[in-house]
Amino acid sequence: MDVFHLLWLVPAFPLAGFLILALFGLRLHSRAVAWIGTGSIGLSAILTLWIGIHFLTQPPANYQYSLTLWTWFDINGFAPGIALYLDPLSLVYIFVITFVSFFIHLYSTAFMRGDEGYVRFFAYMNLFVFSMLVLVLANNLLLLYLGWEGVGLCSFLLIGFWYRDEVNGYAARKAFIVTRIGDTAFIIGLFLLVKQFHTLNIQDILQQAPVVGSAGAAAVVWITILLLGGAVGKSAQLPLQTWLPDAMAGPTPVSALIHAATMVTAGVYLIARTHVLYSLAPAVQSLVAIIGLLTLLIAGFSALAQHDLKRILAYSTISQIGYMFLALGVGAWTAAIFHFMIHAFFKALLFLAAGAVIMAMEEEHDIFKMGGLRKKMPITFWTFLAGSGALAAIPLITAGFYSKDQILFDALASTQGSFWLWLGGFVGAFITVLYTFRMVYVTFYGEQKKPITHNPEGEKVMMIPLIVLAVLSIIGGWIELPHAWAHFTPFSDFLTHVLPPTNLKPGMESQELMLQLLTAVIVFAGIYLTWLAYVKKPALSASWKNTALGRACHDFFYKGWMFDQLYNTLFVKPVVWISRIDPHDFIDYIYEGFGRLNVSIHAGFSRTQSGYVRWYLLCIAIGILFIFSLILFV
Amino acid sequence: MITVPVSVQLLLPSVLFLIGLLGVLIRRNVIFMLMAMEIMLNAAGLVFIIGSSLWKQADGQVMVIFILAMAAAEVAVGLALILQVYQMHKTVDVDQLRELKDEQEQG
Repeated sequence: MDVFHLLWLVPAFPLAGFLILALFGLRLHSRAVAWIGTGSIGLSAILTLWIGIHFLTQPPANYQYSLTLWTWFDINGFAPGIALYLDPLSLVYIFVITFVSFFIHLYSTAFMRGDEGYVRFFAYMNLFVFSMLVLVLANNLLLLYLGWEGVGLCSFLLIGFWYRDEVNGYAARKAFIVTRIGDTAFIIGLFLLVKQFHTLNIQDILQQAPVVGSAGAAAVVWITILLLGGAVGKSAQLPLQTWLPDAMAGPTPVSALIHAATMVTAGVYLIARTHVLYSLAPAVQSLVAIIGLLTLLIAGFSALAQHDLKRILAYSTISQIGYMFLALGVGAWTAAIFHFMIHAFFKALLFLAAGAVIMAMEEEHDIFKMGGLRKKMPITFWTFLAGSGALAAIPLITAGFYSKDQILFDALASTQGSFWLWLGGFVGAFITVLYTFRMVYVTFYGEQKKPITHNPEGEKVMMIPLIVLAVLSIIGGWIELPHAWAHFTPFSDFLTHVLPPTNLKPGMESQELMLQLLTAVIVFAGIYLTWLAYVKKPALSASWKNTALGRACHDFFYKGWMFDQLYNTLFVKPVVWISRIDPHDFIDYIYEGFGRLNVSIHAGFSRTQSGYVRWYLLCIAIGILFIFSLILFV
Repeated sequence: MITVPVSVQLLLPSVLFLIGLLGVLIRRNVIFMLMAMEIMLNAAGLVFIIGSSLWKQADGQVMVIFILAMAAAEVAVGLALILQVYQMHKTVDVDQLRELKDEQEQG
């Protein structure tokens, strides 16, 4: 039985969930809302699992499956269709999206309980999952752009979810506007693609690309740069990374779903999908790697100075996506996707556990006001530790080790890699361990500075997702063992049907073991150092912070390397100044004049409706007189 | 019989009509406005009779009887309405009955 033709149901279930909740949600009981909101994603997840099993056991021809639903429009031969395309890359993505979304929705049924916007929340979340699925399943770039815009919209709606507080509105607008800059680059890239290839069908473009644009051809370079601009905006990389830390104003499940696991990885997906174009423009591919490298370092240092729990995780997300960009840039395509999958697991876990902590601490976000939660919130602590371990890439026992080490090795060993890229990633990994375990120690160890008001440990629907994601953060890496250990790599074997394998410089495989030992050393060193600094002798870090240099560094990193201030001075202030130097234009007078003319004519006519009966009668009499004179004398 | 030219004959009804019209326009008491309207109606009836005598047909005179009957009914209804107006507004000054005025503010 061909289950693939049910592929359209995978995005259709969340869309149906959104429509039902948007139209009738306010009339439903909150339990029904929870069931519909979570159930639609659950159905998609089960269907994805079924499709996935079929795909693995009885793969379709060439590991590709296309399902055209209908033609969107047809202008002069340019006819993109509403068509879905399933191959190993999109299968991995829909698996991650549906499963992680399902657990986050399950968690939200308890987390958002009592909120007056309960229905609105699940409606927007369902719309988001629909848009994201359309994005990854689209077979042409126009439909992908539809999903791209959809996730941008839902991100705006969900960041500004608690809209009555204007700060959340600012954060939502900032996110939307910054990603819009990237979207503009994206659409210009699409125009160039249409001009060059006369189609936006992804597979057609990838097949025609080597012919139309030999390596270095200007068109391909521009297209890849513009698409990279779009990816950089959506994935919060340099220079458009400023929106993600402020996006933490939204509810924690939103941060977990949108700003950790799914939307921010759309850029990674885009570059992986159009990998042929990037292979034809090696300069741009190197740019991808450099952007990834710089971003991971900048975000890593910034995370070290934050004290808002969610902002640490936000900068961490920016940093980890920098790793994925680094991998894409050196041609380690499967490693980037592997890290995406593992990152989705542990970052969603970390956000959800952070949500539990914030809920227990009565909306307190500052980690220095928490402490000592280890004994009181055991499940949260152990799952948070599992996620942190994966983030820090503790060797062997966490999945993060396998994915991150793969990237670090490929950064050095790939034909497009270099020592400096590896070194940057290596330093970044050390910083990652530092900020991660700083977060763990300050939040969960030490003295408890604030009492727990409402302990969510009893909520099964909140704890089960944490446990499941924690298990995945541990065992997820075992499907892709490093080549130095064994030849057990089912994940990349599966993806190599779509993405090219990584070309390694000759003789590099022998270095892999040594590199892994190096990373293991810095991981344990980092854990020990942070334990010393934050648990054993907290006075040490405090004394360094009191020096002038320490304060300056802390301030600089705390403000995210002052990018917000930079953009404020470069862009925001001049535009505001220009718009304020001429508030009363002469052109305004013309338009205002129209309005005022209208109003005065109305006022004139209005005076004839005086309400005096005798005035009306007089007017009638005058009118009759007028008509009589016309009849008699004309 | 003294033959009066039609133009002279029509003089009386037109003067009566004008008196009625001016009465409606000038008078402030609603009851007097009604009375003036009656004068106008009667003037119209006079014109009908003049026409009937001019063309030697009875239709005009039948019409006048119509008008008289209709005027009576109209006055009945009008007086009932005036009674209601008085009960609501405690006045029969038509200048006080201004609720349909357009309350447009200058803006």
